Amino acid sequence: MLKTYTHPRFSYKQSPEQKAGEILRHKLVIIGAGPVGLAAALDAANQGLPCVILDDNDTVSMGSRAVCYAKRTLEVLDRLGVGERMAAKGVNWKLGKVFFKDALSYQFDLLPEADNKMPAMINLQQYYLEEYMVEAISRKQQVDLRWKHKITALEQKDGYVALTVETPDGVFTMEADWVLACDGANSSVRNMVGAQWAGQAFQDRFLIADVIMSAEYPPERWFWFDPPFHPNQSVLLHRQPDDVWRIDFQLGWDCDAAEEKKPESIIPRVRAMLGDDRPFELEWASVYQFACRRIDNFRYGRVIFAGDSAHQVSPFGARGANSGVQDTDNLMWKLKLVVDGDASEALIDSYHEERAFAADDNILNSTRSTDFITPKTPSSRLYRDAVLRLAHECPFARRLVNSGRLSMPTPYANSSLNTPDEEPFPGGVAPGTNAADAPVRVHDQDAWFLNQTGRGFTVLSFGPVPAEYVAFGRVQAKVLEVGKDIEDVSGHLAIRYGADPGTTYLIRPDQYIAARWKRFDKAKISRALARAMAS
Amino acid sequence: MDLNLNPNIDDPDGFYKELIDSQRRMNDTEAAMMNCKLVLILANHIGDREVIRSALRMAGGRL
Ligand SMILES: Cc1cc2nc3c(=O)[nH]c(=O)nc-3n(C[C@H](O)[C@H](O)[C@H](O)COP(=O)(O)OP(=O)(O)OC[C@H]3O[C@@H](n4cnc5c(N)ncnc54)[C@H](O)[C@@H]3O)c2cc1C
Repeated sequence: MLKTYTHPRFSYKQSPEQKAGEILRHKLVIIGAGPVGLAAALDAANQGLPCVILDDNDTVSMGSRAVCYAKRTLEVLDRLGVGERMAAKGVNWKLGKVFFKDALSYQFDLLPEADNKMPAMINLQQYYLEEYMVEAISRKQQVDLRWKHKITALEQKDGYVALTVETPDGVFTMEADWVLACDGANSSVRNMVGAQWAGQAFQDRFLIADVIMSAEYPPERWFWFDPPFHPNQSVLLHRQPDDVWRIDFQLGWDCDAAEEKKPESIIPRVRAMLGDDRPFELEWASVYQFACRRIDNFRYGRVIFAGDSAHQVSPFGARGANSGVQDTDNLMWKLKLVVDGDASEALIDSYHEERAFAADDNILNSTRSTDFITPKTPSSRLYRDAVLRLAHECPFARRLVNSGRLSMPTPYANSSLNTPDEEPFPGGVAPGTNAADAPVRVHDQDAWFLNQTGRGFTVLSFGPVPAEYVAFGRVQAKVLEVGKDIEDVSGHLAIRYGADPGTTYLIRPDQYIAARWKRFDKAKISRALARAMAS
Repeated sequence: MDLNLNPNIDDPDGFYKELIDSQRRMNDTEAAMMNCKLVLILANHIGDREVIRSALRMAGGRL
């Protein structure tokens, strides 16, 4: 039982198909209602793709899990209808401080660009994100969310998948054209398809404690290397809503995890850290060993992996849930086009191409941070300490201090879906990069640019366009003409897109840039649209 | 630029003494820490990743 949060219990209902003993073929079955499965279901509904989502449990995330959500994730969640709620409830922060022993070593500012709808970073307990998404799903008729449904077996058939599902009423079979496995880091679906899951576990343990206290500390990320209150190890402090504080204590490999989990071990650690006798209460604590691993292929036939089932990272950098939500952002529009017969399965393969690339980027960053926090050899420990000692006086050394490089969207720089620039394009947003936000006016109302995109392909044009849309096959990209459909009153849009009169962008449904030109050319846009659909 | 392995320091004996003297009063731990700092400071000064990579290979006996 938590003191600041009551876990909702969602009721199990026997499905009509199980009751009737009838085998139904569904278009899409999503396994796992964690943040990633829920995001996938909401996105599917937005795309008009009906789905069933199954979870073996009947509530939201338990314990101390994700805290930090980055701007791009909030933009995706905004497209899914829960971003504003997240930003309103979350603790917005931008300053990170790194201490070495008892002194401030250096600080970084996330330097959020002004005039964006979403902040650079917020902190919010993972169960709120899941609760908000479950609520949003309850308003979507096309999503059938079923609790207490556990997948126990899966078989790839010719053009579909057969699933064995266990509920309180027994076992039944479902069929699906496509299966999305969002069943977390210990995914059993991964084993069912025979996927490889390789990487490394770090020889270290961390006590992750959520503590309730009222404290006047500013909303900043504080990271200590070797502080007097926890010698030779690191400590991380994050503020969450409801007066809950997340504290990570590095424990080392030799610690006794069972002993460390006990309140009588935790309380003195927290007390030493606070350094005074202010009251606090323990909300939750667990001891973790972290690892970085990736599935070899994000797609096995008609089973697709997203989130922790596809990649696992250590939490320094907050790249777990953030990148998982961005997986579904990348996938769902592709799946919709394939299900509708508007694109071939090559488009699904581009999901592996783009998101395995992103996962490798996240794993690289997360591994480097962990190697800095947990040096593997005595000599790397010496270099780490030398960096920390120099950081105070030498600006160059501050750049080497690595307490976690916080989640940024990975540009799909060399994606096969991109149409490369045909002439030099100084500034702006390059193909393969996520679209920039900016304040605009629509129908004489203040609005945000990104909110005008994300429903299908968009053609953004900074000049008069003799068309309402550009098509390839049955797929249409809607034209947004600056000056007609949207007003760039503050000029931010033109600056961020490096625009001259006539500049034109093709933006994918996941708000990534597919192509850009100096002039509007319908034939070229249509070809780029085809390419962005792997056609 | 290539890693310069030819003489490049005036007064080599003087330089060597200065280097040794800088750690004369240090124990092994202090000297090891100073060496790490020195490597970091010099590497940053050089800046050129190719040169640094060659130096790492040379020093590690892999050239
Ligand atoms: C200490 C800690 C701190 C973290 N901090 C951050 C952070 O700041 N930012 C961030 O972005 N990420 C963070 N993460 C990572 C984040 O929690 C995960 O990346 C995220 O939960 C992954 O979501 P998911 O939906 O892929 O998997 P999960 O959240 O694991 O959800 C999987 C779901 O599938 C269900 N399931 C499993 N097997 C079956 C089955 N056979 N049948 C049916 N259902 C099944 C489970 O019940 C569960 O609901 C942190 C993690 C930890 C441990």
